Amino acid sequence: MSEIFDKLSLYMTYPFVRYALIVGMFIALCSSLLGVTLVLKRFSFIGDGLSHVAFGAMAVAAVLKFTNNMVFILPVTVACAILLLMGGQSRKIKGDAAVAMISVGALAIGYMLMNRFSTSANVSGDVCSTLFGSTSILTLSKFDVWLSVILSTVVVLLFVFFYNKIFAVTFDESFAQATGVRANAYNFLIAVIIAVIIVLAMNLVGSLLISALVIFPALSAMRVFRSFKSVTVCSAFFSVICAFLGILFSVIYGTPVGSTIVVVDILGFLVFTVIGLIGGKKR
Amino acid sequence: MALLECKDLSLGYENRAVLKDLSFKVESGDYLCIIGENGSGKTTLMKTILGLKSPLKGEIIFGDGLKKNEIGYLPQQTPVQRDFPASVQEIVLSGCLGKKGIAPFYSKEDKKLAADNMERMNITSLARRCYRELSGGQQQRVLLARALCSTEKMLLLDEPVAGLDPKVTAEMYSLIKELNDKGITIIMISHDIDSSLKYANRILHIGSDILFCKKEDYLKSSKAFSAHGGDYNE
Repeated sequence: MSEIFDKLSLYMTYPFVRYALIVGMFIALCSSLLGVTLVLKRFSFIGDGLSHVAFGAMAVAAVLKFTNNMVFILPVTVACAILLLMGGQSRKIKGDAAVAMISVGALAIGYMLMNRFSTSANVSGDVCSTLFGSTSILTLSKFDVWLSVILSTVVVLLFVFFYNKIFAVTFDESFAQATGVRANAYNFLIAVIIAVIIVLAMNLVGSLLISALVIFPALSAMRVFRSFKSVTVCSAFFSVICAFLGILFSVIYGTPVGSTIVVVDILGFLVFTVIGLIGGKKR
Repeated sequence: MALLECKDLSLGYENRAVLKDLSFKVESGDYLCIIGENGSGKTTLMKTILGLKSPLKGEIIFGDGLKKNEIGYLPQQTPVQRDFPASVQEIVLSGCLGKKGIAPFYSKEDKKLAADNMERMNITSLARRCYRELSGGQQQRVLLARALCSTEKMLLLDEPVAGLDPKVTAEMYSLIKELNDKGITIIMISHDIDSSLKYANRILHIGSDILFCKKEDYLKSSKAFSAHGGDYNE
């Protein structure tokens, strides 16, 4: 046991490990906040869809040789999020089909571009690390760290500020709108925040695993808690703790960061399910 | 001036009119029941009054200082709500949001209003309970309390007794009647002609032809019989 702690304290002296922990926990925090809303609005897969869009955008950015690809990825993803979340009932192609269409489309285009135009020698390695985020969290520059921390803080502040409205729009959109809450504006806000979170989270767990960060905390918290506030607070803690443990574990044992975090999330979910079942029986 | 006046309304989806040339007035203190077959446009009419849809033609005029966001609404339950983790208090409080504009948090007055309305609906003891664990009748009371937080003037109810057992249905009707007696104008969509005729003072029958009249006149017209025969068992 003391061996592990020795190893850990040694790793902690490296700045990249500290960066990874800080950024990981911030991203986990904000991805969990809107998870509850997305799960309840039946949009669990939106994270997945948008992350594929972000992947496609990243490929385009790489081909066009942008120096900082965030500048390109963020607006594209935000635009797609708005497209997917806003249309509502009036669209011709309904929710899940639209998500599936955009996500596989972007994935295919992204991979094709990377394959054809990439200057790197190791294309499949690049693709793999974009999809599963294998090491990018450990190679963050100071700029990336600040960007992630600032964007996450903005997301958290926005969420707190609009918390009551987000609740109202999630629970009953038509009532909210009928009584004068500008439901469309808040749906727009939710879409933008989600897109920002997705782009941030790509660094942490890669495109394919982002949904896990969004839905596992919310679903786990919903097993145990019964009010919107307690579910939200619990899923935030759940997500941060799982991300922390996941990153530590992966640093010590050399497992891929993204999938380790998701595995910890799954274990947490199982624990909460059991707690929920036991608690449910008592009632 | 009437509290609410609809003039030559045409309603529908994508230029296909469901309802045409609808005109009626609702005075302060009225209890209006909207009846008609499925698909005749009852819910569409309600959504238009609430401003969720725009009419194809015609206009809706609010009078007596009624503002658009001062209409309370009791919608039909959506599937999302059935497994929504929310406490009763959170839901009732959300009825106060409409008036608050951009202000992010609930004030003391909002909390007092919510508490008063929960007391009125007799659900104070449920305040900390989870919405999805309540019975159908209790859930309707919660949504009614929420609607009351957003209005003191007019309530729109979309089939408030759908899926409730007879005893709870009767309670619900007398609760609504009490609110009406206290001066809140009620507009209700209903399938239940008997109860509509018992409590309402005005009837709007929509369908292939439109009839808007006082309850007494409705009873005299032949519509009452045909509607009764057609809709009674639903």
